[in-house]
Amino acid sequence: MELQELKAQALAGLEQTADLEGLEAWRVRFLGRKGPLSQFLRSISSLPLEERRLQGESANRVKSSLQDAWQSRRESLRLAQVSTSQSGADISLPGRPMPLGRLHPITQTFRDICAAFQSLGFEVVEGPEVEWDYYNFEALNIPPGHAARDMFSTFWVDYTDDKGGHPMLLRTHTSPMQVRVMEKTEPPVRVVVPGQVFRYEATDATHEAVFHQVEGLAVDENITLADLKGTLYEVARLLFGEDRKARFRCTYFPFVEPGVDMAIDCAMCRGEGCRVCSGTGWLEILGAGMVHPNVLSRVGYDTQRYTGFAFGLGVERIAMLRHGIDDIRLFFQNDLRFLRQFR
Amino acid sequence: MKVSFRWLKEYVHTTLPPQEIAEALTMAGLEVEAGQGLGEHWEGVRVARVTGVAPHPNADRLRLATVELSGESHTVVCGAPNLSVGQKVAFAQIGARLIDGHTGQTVTLKQAKIRGVTSAGMVCSEKELGLGESHEGILELSPEAPVGAPLADYMGDTPLEVEITPNRPDCLSVLGVAREVAAITGEPIRPPALDYSEEGPPVRELASVEIADPDLCPRYCATIIQGITLGPSPRWLQERLISYGMRPINSIVDVTNYVMVEMGQPLHAFDYRTLLESKIIVRRARHGENITSLDGQKRSLNPDMLVIADAHRAVAVAGVMGGLDTEVTEGTTDILLEAANFAYASLRNTASTLKMRTEASMRFERGLSPELVPPNIKRATQLIQQVAGGRVAKGIIDVYPGMADAGAIVLEMTEIPRLLGMEIDRAEVLRVLKALGFECREDSPERLLVRPPYWRSDVRLPADVVEEVARIVGYDRLPTTVLSGRLPHRQPDTKFRLKERVRDSLSGTGLQEAITYPLVSADWLETVHCPLGLRLANPVSREQEYLRTSLRPGLLAALATNQKSGADAVRLFEVGRAYLPWEDGLPLERDTAAAVLWNGNGEALWTGRQAGADFYEAKGLVATLLYRLGTSSVDFIPSQEPFLHPSWQAAVTVGGRVVGVIGQVHPKAADVLEVTGPAFFVEIYLDAVAAESGRTVTYQHLSRFPVAIRDLALVVVEEVSARQITDILSSSPLVTEVTLFDLYRGRPIPAGHKSLAFRMRFQSPKRTLTDTEVDRAQQQLVELLGRELGAVLRSA
Ligand SMILES: [Zn+2]
Repeated sequence: MELQELKAQALAGLEQTADLEGLEAWRVRFLGRKGPLSQFLRSISSLPLEERRLQGESANRVKSSLQDAWQSRRESLRLAQVSTSQSGADISLPGRPMPLGRLHPITQTFRDICAAFQSLGFEVVEGPEVEWDYYNFEALNIPPGHAARDMFSTFWVDYTDDKGGHPMLLRTHTSPMQVRVMEKTEPPVRVVVPGQVFRYEATDATHEAVFHQVEGLAVDENITLADLKGTLYEVARLLFGEDRKARFRCTYFPFVEPGVDMAIDCAMCRGEGCRVCSGTGWLEILGAGMVHPNVLSRVGYDTQRYTGFAFGLGVERIAMLRHGIDDIRLFFQNDLRFLRQFR
Repeated sequence: MKVSFRWLKEYVHTTLPPQEIAEALTMAGLEVEAGQGLGEHWEGVRVARVTGVAPHPNADRLRLATVELSGESHTVVCGAPNLSVGQKVAFAQIGARLIDGHTGQTVTLKQAKIRGVTSAGMVCSEKELGLGESHEGILELSPEAPVGAPLADYMGDTPLEVEITPNRPDCLSVLGVAREVAAITGEPIRPPALDYSEEGPPVRELASVEIADPDLCPRYCATIIQGITLGPSPRWLQERLISYGMRPINSIVDVTNYVMVEMGQPLHAFDYRTLLESKIIVRRARHGENITSLDGQKRSLNPDMLVIADAHRAVAVAGVMGGLDTEVTEGTTDILLEAANFAYASLRNTASTLKMRTEASMRFERGLSPELVPPNIKRATQLIQQVAGGRVAKGIIDVYPGMADAGAIVLEMTEIPRLLGMEIDRAEVLRVLKALGFECREDSPERLLVRPPYWRSDVRLPADVVEEVARIVGYDRLPTTVLSGRLPHRQPDTKFRLKERVRDSLSGTGLQEAITYPLVSADWLETVHCPLGLRLANPVSREQEYLRTSLRPGLLAALATNQKSGADAVRLFEVGRAYLPWEDGLPLERDTAAAVLWNGNGEALWTGRQAGADFYEAKGLVATLLYRLGTSSVDFIPSQEPFLHPSWQAAVTVGGRVVGVIGQVHPKAADVLEVTGPAFFVEIYLDAVAAESGRTVTYQHLSRFPVAIRDLALVVVEEVSARQITDILSSSPLVTEVTLFDLYRGRPIPAGHKSLAFRMRFQSPKRTLTDTEVDRAQQQLVELLGRELGAVLRSA
């Protein structure tokens, strides 16, 4: 067969191919080992050298043009196949679920609080939940028999020392870690302590015997109450958003002087006063103050040289405010219908 | 504490509304809430005098009253039976807002014609004024009531609810709160009068006071008043006690209570004639000593308790409660009045042992200043003379073994900016301290010598003085600055970081984090075969009596809760502490990661039902977790944990060391904890893992040579474990990975046998392996398996 004729016939056939199967049949027929081109190339092997070269070159030209045509036909057939709408493609069927685990809202809140302080150079450390009276009270300027002990209803461990006392307790706050950290470290100190704390208390919608706090401590030369205010206002901004107002007022904790109570404006009523904020327009979120000189000197810090601030935040309270949770007991119930809401 | 705003204003002048005062006090450290005001709506109601009462011409049960106020005279129709000429009454003019006696609604008083007579207003009952429930008769005001004055000025009031912090016992008094108001507003304080006439014999001739235990009683003062007339106290005094929430008893007891509320010092009055040998001895109680307290209860005392005794017996529990034998009652004519100071710690102990937290003990427990005693006893003596008459003996017995001069506090002026981060100018500092009653001596331009007023027992250090200045100036004025200065040396808490990674890994694998209660019952711990551990001395309940020694009970209970609420699959984990008793010290708080898996009947999905949770899910979870933590050589070995199903359990080891346990919860434990269906439990002790985790990864070269993949199906007897086969398959140096991809039992595999299919990857880091090499290696492995385990190739 004449090469040009073969080429025309092949290209015409290519036009007729409707799908990839037909295309493959076409390829086998025209470009396969048993196809006319291969046969032609085999048949010229007996021709003289010059003749063979000329015939071979034109046959190869035809072959390569057929190959190019095949390539582009294949491309267009594939595209046509992909773009055709396929029956059974119901994109509304649900996706196959990936394993989706979540962190407890308390953990999420812990992380947000700690991250805010970490961005200000605080390191996260943890401490024991079962404590000595010494760390929980005495070293924090609350001697035995002090009325301030009433502020911290205590679970005592059934443990008796040589003197018949009960010196072991469940820590009532994360503040003992102030003392433990300072005992081990020289200033500068900048730590936050997330942890679980305990109060001997009946449980209701706003009280739990077990809850969580984040303690903070910074001690160095030249640390002031104004630094405390700046630090806490910045953290409140990170946690609650740009447009919330914060308030600093005087209060008493035995281990700080001056003492501070910090509140943010009530989001429910925008400071007008409502049930959530007991009509005050403010929600107390933490206690703080300048570390009491008695606490500093007990750990051997030079009170003439160093000052420091400390603070303690209630994690449940912050989680409740941020998420509008109205019952603190939900945190320990581990009801998936509750936990799954916190993505 | 409830403080009457009206009473408070007796000691300090202010025109500010109670809400503003409450707000200012709160900012300065005294948390105050202004309650519902009494008389806020008494517009148009004034004090009037009844000048005439005449019968109503057209009605038998109504009368016409003429009332007079500031020169005007009005006639009103009135139905009250208790109306009489000369009475002072509350008169509402037309337009006044009142509470309707029948409906309870607030209404505006309109002019009305009653049975043909026009009434010019109304004479009010208690109920119409919101003072009480009675509307049968009119409210009769005291004869001193100023005619013409708005009723709100005469008797309107707002209760202030004051929350006192433990450091401020001085503010457990109306005068104390008034002093705060004075300091904040800059108004002067007007303290109550303390002077009275002494017409009796010298007090020392009448009684003696001895303090046997001065460590518990720094100061004791006494006065004696003879010939009193005991009766009810006057109305104004009763009203004030009621405003505070106390019940009036008799004039003497009422005065002691009144002065305590007014000025803060608890006092006690004895019937002088009942004190044997006219002696007061302040001493520790004797072994086996008893006292019948005022409430009629017999109390047993012990030598840790301080009592007030006469020559023979205890007559009061010091600072807590008086005794019945020496009570002031009908027939009492002579009294010995006590004002004393007691050591707070011992008193607090006594009050709590006797379960008698009284108004008095609550004040003493906070550490009152002994300097409060003289002015308070004078005030009480003066009031007793005023309301009960009698002759006051000359002088005061004052025994003061605890006298100590604390000296002045040296306040370096630099201390203010050093603590506060802001300057407060010297004149302002002086002004504030003076307003608070502090005496200041200007020692030098750099410093002040500061003496706190006698009522303040809480100010001792320069920092305390700085707080005083700051809170009155207002924390609002503090600037906000950021921490500058050195960053500390970071010492990352590796245990904390490990726990955070565990949380990330387990939640990343699809588990929900739980936080369960750390306090559990003995029963629960026994059910899950854990030791009891530390017990609380004062548990809230038996259900929360022990610190958990394992996370098992809490997580299983959480599973049961969710099963009950209809969950169809539960996968929970917790990272928490188990508290293990540790010799003679604090317990070991072992960080533990635990998980519970339960999948009901398998989650139904349109792509096919998901397999139910099983042992292998638990195993895969642990393997993934430990891989994430960077541990190597993780293994699972047989174990005997009674909490778990005897067949379906394994100990987890890392580097040969047991770090945890996994398995199916034993059906017996599951039953007790009300868990239904098979649940699988995982427990990993993180302290054991910590040492093995977090190593820095060393990079392995990537082989450039191709991988040959071969699948191999083997038939073995049931007793042969998959692990035994993989160990042999992995022993070839050419094999880089072995994966089990099928397990089959049943035809045509003979009974007691199983078929396991493995995929092996052959690869060399140095060259391309030939088919022949791979075939030979595989053949050798098959022969080895046959020899060692009796494995045969499964025929296709
Ligand atoms: Zn609000």
